[in-house]
Amino acid sequence: MERRSRSFYILAAFFTLFVLFLYGPIVTIGILSFQSPQGGLTFPMNGFSLHWFRDLFQEQAVGDIWGAFRRSFALGLMVMVTTVIVSVMAGLAFRKRFWGSGLLFYAAITSLVIPSILISLGVGLIFNQLGFKIHWATSGFGAQLTWTLPFGLLIMFAVFNRFDKSFEEAARDQGATAWQTIRYVVLPIIAPSLIGVALFGFTLSYDEFARTLLTAGSYNTLPLEIFGMTTNVTTPVIYALGTLTTAFSFAIIAAFLLGVWIVGKRRARHGSDAGKGV
Amino acid sequence: MGWLQAAPLALILLAFLIAPIVMIVIVSFWGATEFSIFPAFQFDNYEFLFSSPVTYRVFGATLKYAFITWALTLAIGFTTAYFLAFHVRSLTMQIALFLVCTIPFWTSNIIRMISWIPFLGRNGIANQTLISWGVIDEPLEWLLYSDFSVILAFVHLYTLFMVVPIFNTMMRIDKSLLEAARDNGASGFQTLVHVIIPLTKPGIMIGTIFVFTLVMGDFITVRFMSGSQRANVGRLISNDIGLMQYPSAAATAVVLLCTVLIVIAILLRFVNIRKEL
Repeated sequence: MERRSRSFYILAAFFTLFVLFLYGPIVTIGILSFQSPQGGLTFPMNGFSLHWFRDLFQEQAVGDIWGAFRRSFALGLMVMVTTVIVSVMAGLAFRKRFWGSGLLFYAAITSLVIPSILISLGVGLIFNQLGFKIHWATSGFGAQLTWTLPFGLLIMFAVFNRFDKSFEEAARDQGATAWQTIRYVVLPIIAPSLIGVALFGFTLSYDEFARTLLTAGSYNTLPLEIFGMTTNVTTPVIYALGTLTTAFSFAIIAAFLLGVWIVGKRRARHGSDAGKGV
Repeated sequence: MGWLQAAPLALILLAFLIAPIVMIVIVSFWGATEFSIFPAFQFDNYEFLFSSPVTYRVFGATLKYAFITWALTLAIGFTTAYFLAFHVRSLTMQIALFLVCTIPFWTSNIIRMISWIPFLGRNGIANQTLISWGVIDEPLEWLLYSDFSVILAFVHLYTLFMVVPIFNTMMRIDKSLLEAARDNGASGFQTLVHVIIPLTKPGIMIGTIFVFTLVMGDFITVRFMSGSQRANVGRLISNDIGLMQYPSAAATAVVLLCTVLIVIAILLRFVNIRKEL
């Protein structure tokens, strides 16, 4: 193997610093959340305890964070399922030109780059003026989709740009209907990327703040609840909450990535099962 | 068939993207009392907006944040992507390190902001360390609740929006081009400037669009990291919303949206997004 150049070591050091920069702060609050009951918001550690985690389970200390967590989790699942289904359908549609396809594409891009507060404000205004009740599962749900769907769509573009059309042609030549071709050939082939779309759908919804701000109504989602805490909570309990919800995010991400990896392994061993059901 | 498959996306975007934008434009011409808003067609909100020196100052400050953040995320993002794409040799390692860079994207921005407090506070890690090294005698006051902390948080939150598209374009560069450059006697630096950077431009453009729009539309990072001591356009809007002055918030939002869309329209002239995926 070729010897590493000097620039490799400089760049590797740069990269290491970047990773430290990315993860250092979150590791720090992870450590500080074990602060003793007398300890403050920064170092030194005043001993070691689970005090602040216990506090999270007492409503008078932190408000209704478990209710907020349940709502965020439910909303995340709703957004995830909708994002996967709608993105796949749209991805299939965009493989051919159709009337208005250019317009719809630019709408999706606009949805991605529009300042989030505009969605929040606009959806809130519409619901108010039409007399609908603002609720996380209606207005909040729709507002979050404007953030997750463009990501889902862009992933589907990336997938279908690399998709070998001869599989479909083969299925059609063997007499499969349009629906059979999609169900038994296309979907099994793109399955691992769908796990990726689902990951985006769930996590972006679970952490979304700006688009839910004016569209969640009287029941807060978890990010809104956490932000509310930053203004009036001055103890490490907020670090404990941050640590716990970040750990939860990491677990979700790991589960999804593991899913992708397992599907890939099975495929390498058995070959794709695309076409088996036709 | 095509239309049927695209219909759900079209309907959702119509209801939750197009309709809200139209609504904001309409409401920006409405009037407001202290407690309610009423339909009207008047230019008062825009007149007030464009005649107030605050508007120009705040738009200027927002553009300044956007520009500084863009420059820093580009420098860091490009270097990181360059290392991953051209210096890490095995594909498995590339994917693993790439994931390390992207995982924070799927966690909470608010928590990532909060996590800077123990670092930057008056008695935070940065000040403690610098004092113990004897670099400073007094704790630095400008670390937290300042432009510095705002930009630091922006860079922390958004650099991966540069890394991902730049890495993506770099991975598609044909390696034989680099060999050809070397065979013709180009130094590593010359290859970088004359081959890699031109071929990476689409990725840089996409990253630029992301970072620019995220910073321009932000209101929470500036509020939180500056301890409400700095203003940007997003905060102007959210303050009006807090005071129930929706028409004035809507007018500011319209101007913000136009600013962002004009810049993106210019950037999009340089790149075809659908081809780059």
